[in-house]
Amino acid sequence: MGLSIQIDFLLATLMVSSTPILLAAIGEMVTERSGVLNLGVEGMMIVGAICGFAIAVETGSPFLGFVFAAIGGALLSLVFGFLTQYLLSNQVATGLALTLFGLGLSSLMGQGYIGVKPPSTGQINIPVLSDLPYLGRILFSHDLMVYFSLVLVASVWAFLKYTRAGLILRAVGESHDAAHALGYNVIFVRLSAIAFGGACAGLGGAYLSLVRVPQWTEGMTAGAGWIALAIVVFASWRAGRVLLGAYLFGGITVLQLNLQAAGVAIPVELLSMSPYLITILVLVIISSDRNRAALSAPASLGRAFHASH
Amino acid sequence: MIRLEKRPTPSRGWSYLAPLVAVLATMVAGGILFAFLGNDPLVTIRTIFWDPLFGPLASYFRGQLLIKAGPLILIAVGLSMGFRAGIWNIGAEGQYIMGAIFGAAMGLAFYPMEARWLIFPLMIIAGAFGGFLWAMIPGILKTRFNTNEILVSLLLVYVAEQILASMALGLLRNPEGSGFPGSRNLRQYESTANNELIAGWGMHWGVVAAFIAVIFAYILLTRHIMGFNIRLAGASPRAAKFAGVNPNRLILFCLGLSGALAGLAGMFEVAGPAGQISIDFNVGYGFTAIIVAFLGRLHPVGILLAGLLMALTYIGGEAAQATLGLPAAAIQAFQGMLLFFLLALDVLTNFRVRIGREGHA
Repeated sequence: MGLSIQIDFLLATLMVSSTPILLAAIGEMVTERSGVLNLGVEGMMIVGAICGFAIAVETGSPFLGFVFAAIGGALLSLVFGFLTQYLLSNQVATGLALTLFGLGLSSLMGQGYIGVKPPSTGQINIPVLSDLPYLGRILFSHDLMVYFSLVLVASVWAFLKYTRAGLILRAVGESHDAAHALGYNVIFVRLSAIAFGGACAGLGGAYLSLVRVPQWTEGMTAGAGWIALAIVVFASWRAGRVLLGAYLFGGITVLQLNLQAAGVAIPVELLSMSPYLITILVLVIISSDRNRAALSAPASLGRAFHASH
Repeated sequence: MIRLEKRPTPSRGWSYLAPLVAVLATMVAGGILFAFLGNDPLVTIRTIFWDPLFGPLASYFRGQLLIKAGPLILIAVGLSMGFRAGIWNIGAEGQYIMGAIFGAAMGLAFYPMEARWLIFPLMIIAGAFGGFLWAMIPGILKTRFNTNEILVSLLLVYVAEQILASMALGLLRNPEGSGFPGSRNLRQYESTANNELIAGWGMHWGVVAAFIAVIFAYILLTRHIMGFNIRLAGASPRAAKFAGVNPNRLILFCLGLSGALAGLAGMFEVAGPAGQISIDFNVGYGFTAIIVAFLGRLHPVGILLAGLLMALTYIGGEAAQATLGLPAAAIQAFQGMLLFFLLALDVLTNFRVRIGREGHA
């Protein structure tokens, strides 16, 4: 069969296609470890996508674009934070509201930017390493954000495992009453985690609009935020496994796109729906072991905290 | 210092008042948003909320009101059952699409036979079944494998959209459509058409079904043991367990019911206002219905009113788009904002606001 799929090219694009979901998922993981379930990832991502795109186009600097995407995502997430932490609204409903609002807001903001080309984000060829045969092209000649996302995953892992602040964050997520009794400011910790999650989702969205696509179209996240949420469950709330999950998913996406391009005799629609179907399948496998799923989820996840004293 | 004090029971007054205050607050915030977009806020608000009902073109718009409100109410009534019990079906959009596909496929299978008495009822059953089937996937995965129903039902929307595209381009494509995507027009086929029952009112069978669903849901919630179990499971899952409520049955019932109603809405839409299966058949009713359900306080009568209000923002938004050049997305942001304000104001239903320090108040 004349499959024109080159494995090394496929692996190289894998990292690029995984990065948006990786960024969003690692941020959401931190939010959930603090005991907050924010279902607004999709909304924060798409607002990040247009914020980053607009700023990058206006200033000509992708770097500033990414900075403002993170700020935009964080600001939007703080709306969610204010409602759930101070006004004690239902987290599921508020997260959904964030997604619906974000989708509307982003298309409103993006009206003037349809069909515009963003400034290109330069590739960084790491000297020596990028000249390695085979591996150099796959691993060491990407743009800065790919490496940033990897560093971010490692930092989150180290932060949660080795630092005092990470321990407090986990304590708040496991038992907010105990953490409160010990004198920790539960609401502050959770707001910070929510804002971090929002900033990461914003970065992920901007990576989509500035590098991965690169273009602005309405609703361009196409469920990436929901898949990021699924990856957090898949990863059992562990940083390393978030990386694994995101790259696995990115791999599937790249593979199905390549199969589409290669004109394999599988209906295009079936290929396009495969990432979603596989995500569902993975969720089923992970959650079917009831004990393990219950043990790894933060114990206070999704529960509102109200200090009566 | 402002403190919140938990009320022993939710305030009845505020639970009725909160949606009204939320609508007013959204109008103010929306006005600011429209001002930023360069529109006169007062004129825009009037164009959206007043003119469709009482303006010069009101006779046209009033018919549109029921056409838009029908599917919203039908879907939201189903969703509200699950939301009450803490079962989150947020993939109604997918179930809506599947209902439309099943219903249209059933009707087109008989083409060109003339037997409306047989074909139309069969389409209704097929539509409800399509939505039911699609909602059973998260339901069974939840009860068998403990899989999160929020994520599965939502991800299935994207799968349903792909199936829709495949149907419009393949199986259900009009063989006489000279290659254009999209099915035969169901409205031009006597046996499948879901036309207005009274010309100009916008009242088609889907709207009738929505009204029946409201009454049915009201009886279910207030007079039937299943409705009691739903309310009990929502208020206190532990108490429900002790009372012998089977959580799996409840999950399957709530998801199945909301799926079937969403499927019905899709079927009535495809046979009526939309007319055919096409790639862009779904316009987000399944998601807006979530806002409708909350705005209506998860209560059938409230949902009826909320559905009409949300339909008004749709047609008012279209009017503002045509006359003032307001972008279509502005209405979507406006609707999302409404849900934010409502959720924020709910704090007053469940908590008392106290000013001053504890002990001094």
